[in-house]
Amino acid sequence: MKLSRFARSTLGLATGLVLVLVYIPLLVVLVNSFSTSQSLSWPPPGFTTDWWGKAFQSQGALEAVATSVQVGLIATVIALILGTAISFALQRFAFFGRDAISLLVILPIALPGIITGIALNNFFRTIMGVPLSIWTIVIAHATFCVVTVFNNVIARLRRMGTNLEEASADLGAGVWTTFRLVTFPQLRSALFAGGLLAFALSFDEIIVTTFTAGVGVTTLPIFILDNMFRPAQAPIVSVIAVVMIAVSIVPIWIAQRLAGNEKIVR
Amino acid sequence: MNKASDVMSRRDAAAVPQIRDTVARRGSVFLSSHPRTRLGLLIAAPLTWLVVVYIVALVALLITAFWQVDGFTGEIRIDWTLNNIVTVVTGELYHAVTLRTLGVAIAVTIIDIALALPIAFYMAKIASPRMQRILVIAVLMPLWASYLVKVYAWRSVMSGEGILQWFLNPFGIEGPGYGITATIITLSYLWLPYVILPIYAGLERVPDSLIEASSDLGAKSWASIRHIVFPMILPAIIAGSIFSFCLSLGDYITVNIVGGASQMLGNLVYTNVGTANNLPLAAAVALIPIVIIFGYLFAVRRTGALDNL
Repeated sequence: MKLSRFARSTLGLATGLVLVLVYIPLLVVLVNSFSTSQSLSWPPPGFTTDWWGKAFQSQGALEAVATSVQVGLIATVIALILGTAISFALQRFAFFGRDAISLLVILPIALPGIITGIALNNFFRTIMGVPLSIWTIVIAHATFCVVTVFNNVIARLRRMGTNLEEASADLGAGVWTTFRLVTFPQLRSALFAGGLLAFALSFDEIIVTTFTAGVGVTTLPIFILDNMFRPAQAPIVSVIAVVMIAVSIVPIWIAQRLAGNEKIVR
Repeated sequence: MNKASDVMSRRDAAAVPQIRDTVARRGSVFLSSHPRTRLGLLIAAPLTWLVVVYIVALVALLITAFWQVDGFTGEIRIDWTLNNIVTVVTGELYHAVTLRTLGVAIAVTIIDIALALPIAFYMAKIASPRMQRILVIAVLMPLWASYLVKVYAWRSVMSGEGILQWFLNPFGIEGPGYGITATIITLSYLWLPYVILPIYAGLERVPDSLIEASSDLGAKSWASIRHIVFPMILPAIIAGSIFSFCLSLGDYITVNIVGGASQMLGNLVYTNVGTANNLPLAAAVALIPIVIIFGYLFAVRRTGALDNL
């Protein structure tokens, strides 16, 4: 597009400025994780690596990570199964109430977390009479993770069409064989992307988790929230924050590679 | 030679498998001739899950808004009443907090759109393809950093001894500290990528040829943007605003961490469930954001924004 040099450089400058603002808070956390100050004061009065050592020995933090990974993995598997099934149903069949169902899939993530949270808390404790535990978190997380799998898989199904599957059936393959050898390989990367997003969503969720976690069940976000306001623990929270940002590069890298591969396939 | 033909015939046998009459095969035949059964099997599990876990829970919560808590025992009594709704609709506290929450959500949305438009425009229409890829990653990256970590980061930045105050000190300016301003800044920060991405995608779909045609016909670049680009990306902008508006409306953790003593609707729901142990009133308060969100979604439905999410 033809724009004056001035307009171009202004836009470029604005973009750069906002991105700098986006990354400054994350850098502050990185620096604070080495600071000798416990009250987040700037500039740091001195530097130490003590917090890093303490964080990796903190029993609470490590257990919280283990709980979060466990919840995330199980919720992701459930979301993958339910999300894939519902994507096939909505994409390959036309039936009454289809739009209502696609709204139903989005609703758990569209309504504020606190509403989903208290609704599920009330459902588990009062209506079902089950005590809150790690499993109630898993059920809650799976419910709002379905949408990420659904979005990815249904977009892929739309693009795939049914030609290859029909060809496979014409050549004598049954429903199962066609799914295993024709449909699934085409879906694989969409399933992976959806699963990755579902896991990330579950791993990071705090509001619904607060309302569905049993006594003594601590996921990483709950641990962070509990320790954020404790002066002796706050720097450990900074360390965890830095580690989480660093680890988050892995899914970005994988997602980027997947996107790259897709472009080549297309 | 003999050996080679042996291999050949074995390969032929492998290429045309015998159709064996197994249970799996029969199931497959049955499914291919009964599409409705196929649909039923596919949809049964997810639909049951979503209806039983989510819809039942949500409807039960909304019904609870019409019950009340026994003042004596603290138990919920099934006495049908409109008291909770009346309290929420007429109570001054609820008016003030609803207006404050709406104000925060609107401010966050305006700030995010104002910040997102130039970035998205630069990414989609000016940056080289290589730069474009780098910018997309740079915008996406903070999305993967944990929500709490980002709020915590702003707590450090905004702290009385934090980097913002340190930066402002030479100018003799007092930083905003923890409060509504800090909440608005933090929420804008949190939802910015969600607003940039749909607008960027919307701009990508505007063909350059249209803009060129407009300038060939004599429009200045500002006129092209206003009359050609803007109407085309309006649904995408609204899609972005759905994220920032709805997410801000329900938030209570950010305001707890950086908002000082200020309260938003989420906090009222939270305290009514927790300390006050009054689920019916909490459910009645929860109706406010639900009504606002449905109203907003209904209002923007016709713009086609929902397809741009």
